[in-house]
Amino acid sequence: MSKPKFAMYWAASCGGCEIAVLNIHEKILDVDANFDVVFWPVAMDAKYKDVEAMEDGSILLTLFNGGIRNDENEHIAHLLRKKSKILVAFGSCACEGCIPGLANFSPVKEIFDTAFSTISTDNPDNIRPQTHYAMPEGEITIPTLYPVLRTLDQVVDVDYYMPGCPPESHQIAAVIDLVIQVLQGKAELPPKGATIGAGNSTVCDECKRKRNEKTIKAFGRIQLIHADPELCLLEQGIPCNGPATRSGCDARCPSAGAQCIGCYGPAEGVVDYGARLIAAFASVIDSDKPEEIDRILDGLVDPAGQFYRFNLAGSLLKAAKPAWKSNGG
Amino acid sequence: MEKKEKIGVYVCHCGTNIAGVVNVGEVSTWAAENLKDQGVVVSRDYKFMCSSLGQELIQKDIKEYGLTRVVVAACSPHLHEATFRNACKGADLNPYLCELVSIREQASWVHTDKVAATEKSKALISGGVSRVVYNEPLEPLYVPIHPATLVVGGGISGIQAALEIADAGYRVYLVEREPSIGGHMAQFDKTFPTLDCSACILTPRMVQVGSHPNITLLTYSEIEKVEGYVGNFTVSIRKRARSVDEATCTGCGICWEKCPKKVVDNVFEAGMGNRKAIYVPFPQAVPKYPVIDRENCTFYIKGTCKACEKFCPTEAINFAQEDEIINVEVGNVILATGYDPFDARRITQYGYGRLANVFTSLEFERLSNAAGPTGGNIVLRDGKTVPKVVGIVHCVGSRDKNYNEYCSAICCMQSLKFAHLVHERTGAEIYNFYIDIRAPGKGYEEFYHRLLDEGTHFVRGKVAEISDAVRLPGEEGKLIIQVEDTLTGNQLRVPVDMAILSAGLEPRRDAKAVAKQFGISCSADGWLIERHPKLDPVATVTEGIYIAGCVQGPKDIPASVAQGAAAAARILGKIMQKEIALEPIRASIKEEQCSGCRICNNVCPFNAILFHEDKMVSEVNPALCQGCGTCVAACPAGAISGTGFSNQQILSQIEGLMLLNIKSHKETVPA
Repeated sequence: MSKPKFAMYWAASCGGCEIAVLNIHEKILDVDANFDVVFWPVAMDAKYKDVEAMEDGSILLTLFNGGIRNDENEHIAHLLRKKSKILVAFGSCACEGCIPGLANFSPVKEIFDTAFSTISTDNPDNIRPQTHYAMPEGEITIPTLYPVLRTLDQVVDVDYYMPGCPPESHQIAAVIDLVIQVLQGKAELPPKGATIGAGNSTVCDECKRKRNEKTIKAFGRIQLIHADPELCLLEQGIPCNGPATRSGCDARCPSAGAQCIGCYGPAEGVVDYGARLIAAFASVIDSDKPEEIDRILDGLVDPAGQFYRFNLAGSLLKAAKPAWKSNGG
Repeated sequence: MEKKEKIGVYVCHCGTNIAGVVNVGEVSTWAAENLKDQGVVVSRDYKFMCSSLGQELIQKDIKEYGLTRVVVAACSPHLHEATFRNACKGADLNPYLCELVSIREQASWVHTDKVAATEKSKALISGGVSRVVYNEPLEPLYVPIHPATLVVGGGISGIQAALEIADAGYRVYLVEREPSIGGHMAQFDKTFPTLDCSACILTPRMVQVGSHPNITLLTYSEIEKVEGYVGNFTVSIRKRARSVDEATCTGCGICWEKCPKKVVDNVFEAGMGNRKAIYVPFPQAVPKYPVIDRENCTFYIKGTCKACEKFCPTEAINFAQEDEIINVEVGNVILATGYDPFDARRITQYGYGRLANVFTSLEFERLSNAAGPTGGNIVLRDGKTVPKVVGIVHCVGSRDKNYNEYCSAICCMQSLKFAHLVHERTGAEIYNFYIDIRAPGKGYEEFYHRLLDEGTHFVRGKVAEISDAVRLPGEEGKLIIQVEDTLTGNQLRVPVDMAILSAGLEPRRDAKAVAKQFGISCSADGWLIERHPKLDPVATVTEGIYIAGCVQGPKDIPASVAQGAAAAARILGKIMQKEIALEPIRASIKEEQCSGCRICNNVCPFNAILFHEDKMVSEVNPALCQGCGTCVAACPAGAISGTGFSNQQILSQIEGLMLLNIKSHKETVPA
């Protein structure tokens, strides 16, 4: 009997998810032992046409990381959806847009201006990327950038979500174990649409810091505050996103003394992560004087980055209007 | 959605209130055609949906069409939500499956553009329809009502309330901060406009309170803590140590007669007179037991004296007495904590505190009181000179953007009363400086005319300054009141011997703290807020907490008494019902999603959230919860949900409002 097929793909992402998979160390041998790896651009050579030639539904498990930023991303998303039984939105970019999704605040033209015309760029002829270009050898093409980045499930049907930037290696190992056990008939798959490789509550649940009733008189950046190592960071005015962020990482950042920045995405039951956090932070501001409240809020120097760093594309907002309404570069 | 709901939409004309601006027929037809996919099976418009015919129309449709949800587009839910819910209940549809959409307050009354208002009404209805699908049938919660009542504040309003309830046969705990009940009314000599002797009409009520078998009077006491919810409050009261044993004291008065320590009485005598270190505030005080003012008593300062103890015939003095915490169970609470007079020192140009013969209204009350420091003789600060010319300044601290914008309601009449007393007792020439005379009560306008007949001068103008700087002959030794007579347009300098500042009323300094303690709210000015300014003036948004008298806003004695009685009547009604149905709109916390981050812990205005340290989760007490939703918004984990306001309900309503529920309007993420 041939081994079930496994694929992994990167769309608009940084490659960190691939590293995280490789970071499961000797467990990767289990992947090889149990699966036939048919498509994994970062690890092995394969052509899109090879995938296109596969039978529909012939790949058992595809871990898809990265958001959908251009037509190539979208094409492969549809392709892998068709060819895979189980399609997992793997990592923050695929689940909710992540850092590449922050570009949804700007129209494509601005993105290009920043990339190709700012002072740090040496581009005297102001050359811009062209999607089609005629060469003596024939026409060459590169993918067309879309106005905004979309999450995987805004483009195709997704079976499971695995959050994290990147997903923690022990969680990846656990998920692979689970799939292997399912193959061996020892376990069942979770219901479609479930979040796997993460907890069901928030980072606070895994955080060991001591908590009291919260009242905040000032927000401050972590490097400017001499934080008590035992006490809840948020109570100390350090804007920690732990209360709204899904558990699963063992509260790594707060344990190390840094605030949670929310890479595990919205907790179960949170519809809009940023809106939730904004309401939560606002609720514990200890003042009823408008000027003082303004002053306290000024302590949050980058609200968009604070509240939507990872999930702008997946939020209710999805994008800023200029980006939404623009029609590409 | 497993089962398709059958929804009826009812668009009310509200006469021309809605139909005058919104094309209700068009809206109704639109809903029938465009919201079919959402489950709308019938849509009608009707002149007055709230009429019995309108309600019957809904009931008939529920039966005939087998409606499972009802959306009424009419006025604000504040007004008629109960009406339509009851109508649904009458047709055996759970009342909470009925949704009210306000197209009057939110559309016809706020827009003049008919087309836009009509389109907005459609969107609002679309939102209501999308939302109602997710409404769940709810049942009210029933809780028993403890028959005892707590009344906070022993002024005339609290006294009235306490007597009404006690006379009906129920226990009242009346808590008063001062050593005696009586409040501000006990300080007055006369009441306007009838010129009744204030003490003569008040003290019999005070005596009744003191001796009533159903009233537990706790003076010199303050509320320490309030827990619980309507029908079941537990209140901790700190009964401060009087240093006098109430069981043995007979109130004979030897102790204060013998006490060698005189203290300026800044409370009852408004600084105009003295009391002793052991004292009752005034002769008719209830209860009759004195209090030792430990800050001023020689024994507590130096450890010697004990004159009171030596002379007390019943050995009632107890220097070692300590504060006592008394816990009581009550079903309802009336807050009747009154007001503070405006501090006239804040208006420096009027010279109060700097110019000896500028008096405040409360000082004048004591000055004119037969039981006051001068025996009712109206004299200057030197204690003997009778003024020949007196100026009375209205609206001090009221109707003034720099202080309080509101009208204090009683100052005009109090000023007229002062003018009358000065006229009657001194024959002095009197000037009233007023902005407008406001005399809307029974017999008030007549009293104003009486004053006009008495020859009092009325100058319409806001006083700019009171000074002792002489500029013209004849001003020597006088106070000069600088004012523009706005009726003649002339600048006047009026020399007077005495100026009386008719100070306005302000919320008690600790009104906000009291409101927080009892889980209710204050207006921007600081007055406690009633549930409805017209139709529910003594209830508050917190079930079981009522307000009466000046704590709600400036008012005169008859209004304060009426509110005290009204609050009592409301509570008696509740007591008679023995149990109360609570709105089932409640927040609840999903334990498995709660990480115990404690963000919600102190946002609850009703103190309904408790934290379990052992399980590290927070919990909402459903009986305390009033369904305000503050914690639902605050919860970063989305672990708190409000019945009737679930995420699904709100988000579908938003979708509906944006018409995204209608296929042709769907706006997708651009690709």
